[in-house]
Amino acid sequence: MIIQTIMFYAFSAVAVASGVMVVSARNPVHSVLFLILAFFNAAGLFVLMGAEFLAMILVIVYVGAVAVLFLFVVMMLDVDFARLRSGFLRYLPIGALIGFILLAELILIFGSWELAPSVATAKAAPMLVGGISLTNTRALGDLIYTRYIFAFQTAGVILLVAMIGAIVLTLRHRVGTRRQSIAAQLARTRAQSVEVVKVRVGEPVDGV
Amino acid sequence: MHSFAPPALLPALPELVLVCSAMLLLLIGVFRGEGSSRLVSWLAVLALVVTLGLAVRVGLEPRVSFYGMFVTDPFAAFMKTLVLLGSAVTILMGMRYFEDHGIARFEFPVLVMLASTGMMIMVSANDLITLYLGLELQSLALYVVASFDRDSPRSSEAGLKYFVLGALASGLLLYGASLVYGFTGTTNFAALATAVSSGGAPSAGLIIGLVFVAIGLAFKVSAVPFHMWTPDVYEGAPTPVTAFFAVSTKMAAIALFIRFLVEPFGPLLAEWRQIIVFLSVASMILGSVAAIAQSNIKRLMAYSSIGHIGYALIGLAVGTSSGIRGVLVYMAIYLFMNLGTWAVILCMRRNGQMAEGIADLAGLARTQPGLALALAIFMFAMAGVPPTAGFFSKLYIFLAAIDAHLNGLAIIGVLASVVGAFYYLRIVKVMYFDEPLAAFDRPISAELKGVLLVTAIVTLFFILLPDPIVGPAQAAAASLFGK
Repeated sequence: MIIQTIMFYAFSAVAVASGVMVVSARNPVHSVLFLILAFFNAAGLFVLMGAEFLAMILVIVYVGAVAVLFLFVVMMLDVDFARLRSGFLRYLPIGALIGFILLAELILIFGSWELAPSVATAKAAPMLVGGISLTNTRALGDLIYTRYIFAFQTAGVILLVAMIGAIVLTLRHRVGTRRQSIAAQLARTRAQSVEVVKVRVGEPVDGV
Repeated sequence: MHSFAPPALLPALPELVLVCSAMLLLLIGVFRGEGSSRLVSWLAVLALVVTLGLAVRVGLEPRVSFYGMFVTDPFAAFMKTLVLLGSAVTILMGMRYFEDHGIARFEFPVLVMLASTGMMIMVSANDLITLYLGLELQSLALYVVASFDRDSPRSSEAGLKYFVLGALASGLLLYGASLVYGFTGTTNFAALATAVSSGGAPSAGLIIGLVFVAIGLAFKVSAVPFHMWTPDVYEGAPTPVTAFFAVSTKMAAIALFIRFLVEPFGPLLAEWRQIIVFLSVASMILGSVAAIAQSNIKRLMAYSSIGHIGYALIGLAVGTSSGIRGVLVYMAIYLFMNLGTWAVILCMRRNGQMAEGIADLAGLARTQPGLALALAIFMFAMAGVPPTAGFFSKLYIFLAAIDAHLNGLAIIGVLASVVGAFYYLRIVKVMYFDEPLAAFDRPISAELKGVLLVTAIVTLFFILLPDPIVGPAQAAAASLFGK
């Protein structure tokens, strides 16, 4: 138990600290790297809560895809971050006001939080199917591939449409592009591609 | 491992067939390369027709599957028939257009098929999750086809506008859905219905959620005041795509609107009726007044579709079996006269360029009398002049409104249709009495001729044989209230 508490404080402290660094780092690439660190720590917190599926998804989707995309954008686009940040003090009051409102809302929500009496027992009970305790990944899989199979498959078709759409709207067949022809490469023989030339000092080489 | 019973696949068979054939056609297109668009288009039409047959067959009796997420019944079968007809005809009409504009690509029929799958899922939704996924599948495919002519700035603008506003609508809808879920504890329509009818007075949170979902759906049917995107998107998108927006999309969205309000929230009729009445009145009035000033026929058709949605919503506001029957008959006839009109618009080409102005139609009766006659039939039908089908579709709606003592709504509807008649009949006047311009390009493709002939016959002779439309509509509306 004590180890879990220590881990909890470690993860949350690093997450909050890297959150601050995301905003305050001078180099945008460092910001994105701190963001990735924050994601990893949030994933650690999820693991501590026993939600290992969410932890995996967070790492795969946010770190693996979204953050890397951010990194690409930051590196590819020539955004002048110093200029973007120039009005910081001017916008500070309104930003602080919005932050304060959000904080007040959070306090209100948690102040009036009421748990249904059945929640505690439901939370304590292990997910058991046929006498075997399930990990939540397995429990989700059991639902998605049975109860929600229709929705799951339809979502797959939607992704197919997205793929077709991206190709239809952007792919252009240019004439005269040079494509790699593996068959032609493999069919080349030594005789076609290598020529031994005797080079004499002071004389031009034939054909060069 | 715990055992589970696999869900019955039969109720979703049409969707499965359609989505699998879409993937198959995608493969065919990719392997055959650039020149395969005509082959893929014809195969897509074939797949849509087969799916239509399956949908009608499967929808004969109510079936629920996928743990209550998916339902088929005669109502779903009726609306799926309309959706699939619209999609198949769109692909047929689009073949020549895309070839002439040098943008014929096999992805178009594939995207239309996937959009149709989304629409069928919307029609069959029995759960808020299914509703949203169907809507997104449809919308995402539509955003892409709207900007299919990617080198034209107008087409790209249409796609972008549609995407941004569609995403906003989805956000509103999801927010509403989360409130509905939060205040009832379920996303399933059947469970929602019990939760709503058992709990005494509904909570304010539930009503707010209902309103937000209704706003999201109103965006999709382009009812006033959520219509702003319609004229720009209709004008900018390639014409066959606009036809698709005006027909299939409307069918699916109105079906979803009906099912969402009547099935889980039927007991709250008094609460949502005022919203629908407002949407309906505003759409009818704006649809008829704003269209008067239009000179581009695609924009005119956009306002016309807004007005038509207003009339259809009268039937939903009535909220009874006869009201819903009115909506279904209205949408079926709207499908035929709209497809016909879009076929005529696709024929409006001069020297290889699309002519989109109403003035371009001048004297069409003397240069191409057949085309002019067809457009005149559709315009009379849109205006609701007897004996065309358009008169009867409005008649069913207004009769249902008067039965439900919504006299004011019926009177506003009649007045708006009188105003609307002005701009429909102006087109007839331009065609028959103005000095002729040069004739449009010939020959008209065989597919367009076929579409024109069939839609004109249905629009004109509905009076003689209304049963093939009214009978199934009656059964479909009854199935919605029978449970």
